[in-house]
Amino acid sequence: MSSTYSELKTPDRLPTGITGFDELTHGGIPRNRSTLVGGSAGSGKTLFALQFLAHGVEQFDENGVLVTFEENPEDMVRNTTSLGWKLAKHIDEGRIAVVDASPVAGESPVRSGNYDLSALISRVEHAANKVGAKRVILDSVGALFPQVVDAQIVRTELFRLVCALRMMGVTSLITAERSSEDGPIARYDVEEFVADNVMLLRNRQDNERRRRTMEIVKLRGAAHMTGEFPFTIDGQEGLTLSPLAAIRLNHTSLTTRISSGITKLDEMCKGGPFRDSIILVSGATGTGKTLMVAQFMKAGIDAGERSLLFAFEESESQLTRNANAWGVDYAKAQQEGSLKIVAEYPESRSLIDHLVRIKQIIEEYKPTRVAIDSLSALERMSSSKSFREFVLGITSHMKSVSAAGLFTNTSEKLMGGDSITETHISTITDQIIVLRYVEIRGEMRRGITVLKMRGSYHDNAIREYTIDSGGINITEPFTNVAGILSGNGVHTLIDDRKLLANMFEANSD
Amino acid sequence: MTDYVFHLYIYGSNALGKRATSNLNLIIENDLASSVTLEIIDVKLDPEAAEQHRVLATPTLIKTRPLPTRRIVGDLSDRSAVLEALGVISENHWHE
Repeated sequence: MSSTYSELKTPDRLPTGITGFDELTHGGIPRNRSTLVGGSAGSGKTLFALQFLAHGVEQFDENGVLVTFEENPEDMVRNTTSLGWKLAKHIDEGRIAVVDASPVAGESPVRSGNYDLSALISRVEHAANKVGAKRVILDSVGALFPQVVDAQIVRTELFRLVCALRMMGVTSLITAERSSEDGPIARYDVEEFVADNVMLLRNRQDNERRRRTMEIVKLRGAAHMTGEFPFTIDGQEGLTLSPLAAIRLNHTSLTTRISSGITKLDEMCKGGPFRDSIILVSGATGTGKTLMVAQFMKAGIDAGERSLLFAFEESESQLTRNANAWGVDYAKAQQEGSLKIVAEYPESRSLIDHLVRIKQIIEEYKPTRVAIDSLSALERMSSSKSFREFVLGITSHMKSVSAAGLFTNTSEKLMGGDSITETHISTITDQIIVLRYVEIRGEMRRGITVLKMRGSYHDNAIREYTIDSGGINITEPFTNVAGILSGNGVHTLIDDRKLLANMFEANSD
Repeated sequence: MTDYVFHLYIYGSNALGKRATSNLNLIIENDLASSVTLEIIDVKLDPEAAEQHRVLATPTLIKTRPLPTRRIVGDLSDRSAVLEALGVISENHWHE
């Protein structure tokens, strides 16, 4: 205890060890305090609490107590056996003590006169002393109310329990159920009397998929990030967060240039894209985006780099066959280990699960080039917010490992037009290349332009290109044509490249 | 005549525990005609016993004999609730 007020400090943090969570809270939950975790059924609050206990033992050498009011402890432990952390072992080895306060089957107690919950408090104190606990979880307190009947007694006694734990120097995590994703923090107004800190777990429907998020509602005397942050539950670690906003823009920028695989395009970019840049290639179907990916991959393979291709539109064999037609041997490169192709249906998992997996594969394979063909396939199955979070998550991860990225985006309209993907993520990408169909005198031709390139001069012209067995051939700028980007190619009588450039400037805003 | 086995869980020497003990003794004397074995457990001294029998509230009276096992929570001041829970139909009246 401090002897004067000026000696008081803001509460210290206790790292949970849960990936992403400690970043979100700037260090963890307040040490020696209680934190309430509210959530509806199936929101993952019990898992979160159990993970907090297990990580305590495994990562921080801190023992704990599991107090269960609802589920039988054997069932709780059994549900975690498939995960990477070993709750059962910690209990057997006396590092985690269990207080079973779940209802006794077939014995509903009769009430006669006044009572308190001193027995429960003694049991928790005893268990905490027995193992020298630093962490205690109470799961979930709402289940205590029907057991005890008198809600006021439960409130008073829970408050007493939380105070006792605090006196013991223990950090507690209290879970409580909510009846809906919005509305009160927890049933029985638990938060009003037990918690210094409140966080909510949600499990909402989002485009026919479940989207799990976490929100820190209050963290007394401490800074934290606000808003809902997506998390996922996997079979190994359990709950993991991707606090995208926690990613700081502090990646070192490289000035090295790499080849896009198309010599003329490199020239248009004054030497090629930067080593760690994220390039978005946008164009209608058939404009050659997948071909551009193949050439980008080939440049990596030829330079002895490691390339990684995530395909969400075509199968591996289809991609390999098509690449062969352009003289790119995917099969050989894969055998030699300079290329890895991961082909999946976008619908195979949720966006956040895709993100976690893509990150994992990047971690394992350590590529210097990553292509995603296409981003728009993934966009179709999500809300714009989660899509933006996804792209932000991937780009920042790639930047942290200094890998170059090429993402494709299919624009919906054949001629011109913009897409949601572009408008949502154009600010995240470093470079945008636009491929467009141009109709000139009843003939379909193709145009390419570098719409944006951060930190470098680039060609402003819209150049014509053709596709043959050698890949993309970029030629001269279109002349006497205006309105290509908007999709209404109009033949002008004035041969004025400047006019063209101006139109392009106007369109890029 | 039935033999009763009671376990009364109390906390330290607080007022609730004292009241429960005296109320229980009155019930034993006045309402139960058979022999009674009573064990009083102080959860402050023996939290392990409370853990083993999953006792949350104090005072808690657990009747283990005759079966079925019954739990009565509180200071046992509601005599008729206790008697009902114990399965005793009392002929006597309660005198305060």
